[in-house]
Amino acid sequence: MTDPKVDIKALATLARLEISDAEVAKLEEEIPAILRFVEQIQSVATDVKPKSPELHNVMRADENPHESGLYTKKLLDAAPKADKDRVVVKQVLSRKQK
Amino acid sequence: MDLSKLTIAQARKDLDAKKYSALDLTNTYLENIKAKDKDIHAYLEVWEDSAREEAKTADELIAAGKSLPLTGIPLAIKDNILIEGRIASAASKMLENYRASYDATVTQKLKAQGAVFLGRTNMDEFAMGSSTENSAFGPSKNPHDLSRVPGGSSGGSAAAVAGELALAALGSDTGGSIRQPAALCGITGLKTTYGAVSRFGLIAMGSSLDQIGPLTKTTEDARILFDAIKGHDPKDSTSLPDVDAPAARKKVIGVPRSFLAKGIDPDVLARFEEKLAQLKASGYEIRDIELPNLAYGLPVYYIVMPAEVSTNLARLDGIRYGHSVDAATIGEVYARSRAEGFGPETRRRIILGTFVLSSGYADAYYRKARAVRELIRADFAQAFADVDGIVMPTTTSPAFTFGAKGDPLSMYLEDIFTVPVNLAGVPAISVPMGTVERDGTQLPVGFQIIAPERGEATLFAIGADVESTQ
Repeated sequence: MTDPKVDIKALATLARLEISDAEVAKLEEEIPAILRFVEQIQSVATDVKPKSPELHNVMRADENPHESGLYTKKLLDAAPKADKDRVVVKQVLSRKQK
Repeated sequence: MDLSKLTIAQARKDLDAKKYSALDLTNTYLENIKAKDKDIHAYLEVWEDSAREEAKTADELIAAGKSLPLTGIPLAIKDNILIEGRIASAASKMLENYRASYDATVTQKLKAQGAVFLGRTNMDEFAMGSSTENSAFGPSKNPHDLSRVPGGSSGGSAAAVAGELALAALGSDTGGSIRQPAALCGITGLKTTYGAVSRFGLIAMGSSLDQIGPLTKTTEDARILFDAIKGHDPKDSTSLPDVDAPAARKKVIGVPRSFLAKGIDPDVLARFEEKLAQLKASGYEIRDIELPNLAYGLPVYYIVMPAEVSTNLARLDGIRYGHSVDAATIGEVYARSRAEGFGPETRRRIILGTFVLSSGYADAYYRKARAVRELIRADFAQAFADVDGIVMPTTTSPAFTFGAKGDPLSMYLEDIFTVPVNLAGVPAISVPMGTVERDGTQLPVGFQIIAPERGEATLFAIGADVESTQ
């Protein structure tokens, strides 16, 4: 895995992050440099199964709910825009085709 | 009141003996902050009025004979730990005006003991960095030399304790963020066993790595603060069950010699060898050990951590809380809010994390790193079959000057000795091991001790022996 193609603009879109052309140019240098550094792990043999415990899911029963609305005001107060008991967002779906 | 030698343990005795009141103690720290913090900039906000009220309440508890270990003890809290109603910004423009809707579990535990909250301390944005230079609100300075960094990311907390602006502090450690600033500021810093302290109410960076822990003047104080904040928490699914921790073991110490063969400043290595010789003279057996995969710690970390960062920070989108930019479409609201809210290092790690998780590269990077991480974990487990503690310098060098590590990779190398500990989930402590001279100034350096999971008692025991040989 040498010289992976790093498309900074595409990654920024995936990460929902607007970045300037100047920063794209800078990251096009920096990200591959970091990747060249971390690539040394490719040479490690990892086919042997380590003895340490595997990760496992932690679940809890969905029970004893708190009284409805107890935290509504507190959480809405933190929102940039709220209307009654709702957080206001821009329209997500649109009929109009561009 | 001489604060330079004051510890939590001593203040407890003094307060309970009514030598001075909790209000006197808090006022003394507030005066120190007023006099010195414009130069050090350890704090992002000081809570003068509420601190005095908390101190008065503490004095009532003390008068009633109901004092607990931290009653009336003035503490500084890193800016990524929630206190209900208080701003918790993680030193980011994104959360500059965010007021916490609830208390972190550690906050609740400190409140229950009647501790005093002096203020919130500066840090690298979202705990990403080793110098506080990534703070959106300007860096903190090292109290030993104001032209140098205090380390990071918990640099404000370390500078507060070292500068006598708080008796002790809480920080968080994802790859060294408590131990490295503690070392560079000449104090003690503890990274606890993963799951020993609840992460509920800690602004998440790398969830499989993050731990809250104390920054204090002594190992005894670290133990007092650790005892106050530890314990199982049903609100944190990675919290460990409460069991009796193993007793301290302190006979055999392992040194991973081949890992220390290069890259360490000669005088830092000399301080380390002196400490080792002193421990040997006081009865320890020192053994050379091999941790063959330790050298892969940093590359593994710089895959796993940004992957978790890009995932955790996805929640900050300008919709439910935090910085929000109005725009024509919801996609633009996200992208512009995040562009304005996040600083350059945060953006860099989000892009890096997005890459290592992206389709086509996740196997070669993220999953491979997870597999190597297991090997590092296994290396530690195997080593701890033969030794009680593993020791090494906390950092390769003392505090550096501002701007000295402008290249991201050179800053990442600052964490070479601390990140393997977080990857393995084991606890470690940094205790002072003397000073080295740079440009005519004596700068502190740290001695790192690593113990097996839940081995904090071993860290305190060996740490106390390191302290007593100063």
